[in-house]
Amino acid sequence: MARRQGYDGVVVTAPVSVPYERYSIETAHWWISRALRASLQAAGLKPLEIDGFTVSSFTLSPDTAVGLTQHLGLCPRWLDHIPMGGASGVVALRRAARAVQAGDADIVACVAGDTNHIDSFRTLLSGFSRFASDASYPYGFGGPNVNFALLTDRYMQEFNATREDFGRICVAQRDNALRYPNAMMKKPLTLEDYLNARAIADPIALFDCVMPCAGAEAFLVMREDEAIKRNLPFARINGTIERHNAHASDPVQLRGGWTLDVEDLYEMAGCAPSDMDLVQTYDDYPVISMMQIEDLGFCEKGGAPDFLRNRDMTVTGDFPHNTNGGQLSAGQAGAAGGFIGLVEAIRQVTGTAAGTQVKDARRALVSGFGMINYDRGVCSSAAILEGAA
Amino acid sequence: MSDPLQPPVKKNPQKRTVSPTRPPEGRSRAALGLTAAAAEGRFALQCCAECGAVQYPPRDACSTCLSTELPWRDVSPKGTLIADTFVRATTSLYFRDRLPWRTGTVQLDLGPSVICHVHGDCEKGARVVLLNRLDRAGQGVLIATPEKRTPNMQDDPQLRAMSSDPKLRRVLITDARSPNAPALAKALLAAGAAQVFVGEGEIWRPYPERAALETLAVEFLPLDVTDTSSVNRMAAEYGGKIDILINNARFLRPGGVLARGDTGFARDEIEVNYLGLMRLAQAFGPVMCARTGDGVNSAVAWVNILAATSLSNSPEMGCFSASQSAARALSQSLRGEFRSAGLRVMNTYVGPTEDDWHQPLPPPKVTPNALARDVIKGLIDGLEDVYSGDVAKDMAEKYRRDPKVLERELTMGDEA
Repeated sequence: MARRQGYDGVVVTAPVSVPYERYSIETAHWWISRALRASLQAAGLKPLEIDGFTVSSFTLSPDTAVGLTQHLGLCPRWLDHIPMGGASGVVALRRAARAVQAGDADIVACVAGDTNHIDSFRTLLSGFSRFASDASYPYGFGGPNVNFALLTDRYMQEFNATREDFGRICVAQRDNALRYPNAMMKKPLTLEDYLNARAIADPIALFDCVMPCAGAEAFLVMREDEAIKRNLPFARINGTIERHNAHASDPVQLRGGWTLDVEDLYEMAGCAPSDMDLVQTYDDYPVISMMQIEDLGFCEKGGAPDFLRNRDMTVTGDFPHNTNGGQLSAGQAGAAGGFIGLVEAIRQVTGTAAGTQVKDARRALVSGFGMINYDRGVCSSAAILEGAA
Repeated sequence: MSDPLQPPVKKNPQKRTVSPTRPPEGRSRAALGLTAAAAEGRFALQCCAECGAVQYPPRDACSTCLSTELPWRDVSPKGTLIADTFVRATTSLYFRDRLPWRTGTVQLDLGPSVICHVHGDCEKGARVVLLNRLDRAGQGVLIATPEKRTPNMQDDPQLRAMSSDPKLRRVLITDARSPNAPALAKALLAAGAAQVFVGEGEIWRPYPERAALETLAVEFLPLDVTDTSSVNRMAAEYGGKIDILINNARFLRPGGVLARGDTGFARDEIEVNYLGLMRLAQAFGPVMCARTGDGVNSAVAWVNILAATSLSNSPEMGCFSASQSAARALSQSLRGEFRSAGLRVMNTYVGPTEDDWHQPLPPPKVTPNALARDVIKGLIDGLEDVYSGDVAKDMAEKYRRDPKVLERELTMGDEA
């Protein structure tokens, strides 16, 4: 395979997280506009000064990115709508980076946001996908909890993982969340709390699940000279990957599409897992974080429980992971859940993460995972970011 | 083993009856193939006509070769339960009332993995047999069951929720005079029905089945399906105690249109076979629909016994079969009307039966016992369509293959 072209001269900047709310009476449009506005303000830009725009959202219906251009007064020459849930952040980044690199756009705003009305979650589930309506929701209507319960059950059987192993991830993330002012979860969590929590779908219990909420995240992609001109702290994009519907014949998902592309990722970035100062995995459930840690080369398949037993996943630890608490502790704001790790990683490698700042963080691995179309997550993505030295 | 089902405690009339709820009903058109197979108790999946790949979930194109020829075929239901869970939280009202709900992943020997309901007697990692059953939304769903039968297997709450099992339920047979009434009553009691009522019209008129019925623990109730006030009276008094209604009332005279000189018999056929069904549905339908969430002895099924010739007519029984076709068409409307309550309409199509009116027709004929067996099995399997006897099965197969060919076969002229 020919070596892939790098993202030379393209940077990512102006990370924004709009503080989440459990329930909101506002719309997705409202949340997206707040994130976009904050990101533009950080860069000293007006809406008409961006010429690229991409959005990810589950609750924007009947609108798409098209409707938002008119609604928000944008006039982009490059427009995208990325319906990839937890994989959207990295996918938005890599598409925007290529557009900027090729000159199809100069400044692309990447935004994800969703509202959460009382009952939105149930409504979203009912119409999530055709395979889900046909073949998973009629079986207990437990939503993604059921899919991940089955997956976790299989993972535990296959690799002798225990609930304590998953609990350590959740406990460390809660510790991190206590340093992150926007996190929804403000109470410390102990391993005992985790183990004694209400069962949701065995072996999944309350603290294995994310809390659906409203919120939005955003960042900008532009040329490096543009960021320098605007005096913005920025990160370079060392490498990215994306894959869909990998390993379709695996009876239960124990690996994701990363396994097909991980070598490509590190080759493109010119570094190895051990070079990462922090890792942001997509953590809708802790088992998925383990899957990513394995598939992205930190340990062998099935080795994550053991690997993590010997590591400290907090901000001050030797394996900083989901440094703002991730979705498990900060909340899952719909499609913004596909951005939260990326936006935090931009802050980290640009030294702007404030309370959650990992000391001397330069390189971050961000991973995305999305869309339980039937029995497994179909989309996977990952990126390596590096702060400008 | 499953815990044996216990008789319900006496109902407290001051407590509110649980409102009917149902599992999600929405399906793609392709997925309705599963429902069509479940209606007859078959386990079928789409198989690619070009490359043979078995598909699941149902698709519009083969995920191996992109062929759009994906016929449903009966295939092996065997597999292994590779993961399972008990759902303990859900936003669906139906499942909320029934938590915890066991769900699992079965890897079929044929390849695909399926998410399915799981019978309580299945062990993780064990071999299982998938059944394709109609759920209370009337949609085909898959449930994993143990490879070998276990004690009280039918009493598993999840399996029972997908059946119309007469066990501990109260059943009304609408016409005691029908030659099949004693056999039906006996089979229902043997299947564990808590009570069997038989409707009796024109009680002053003696009939041979009375003696046979009297030997069984059935309760006779005055009921004449041609008399609206009789039907309404019965429904007012007993409607809330009927969990399964079997409409076996039938008026039959042989002959096509030209074999009769007037419309007299046809009027009787319509009065009993079509309007009788309508009267029963208007009187008993609403109260049964209100009781589909009512615990162990909830209202569960409405059974029509129809002539197989209701599918496609022939002159030997031409006028009678027309009334049966009318009843069949009405039953389809009733399915739609009962759907939101989850009350199932089971049509039992029967070929010529062993009785006086079918005496001139050649065998094979369906005996009352055989019919009763098929009705009970259909209820236990939660079917919508039962074909009783070889003639009915044969006709159903031909009807599926090509309705026009069947019509032409059934309407041959006499050799003059």
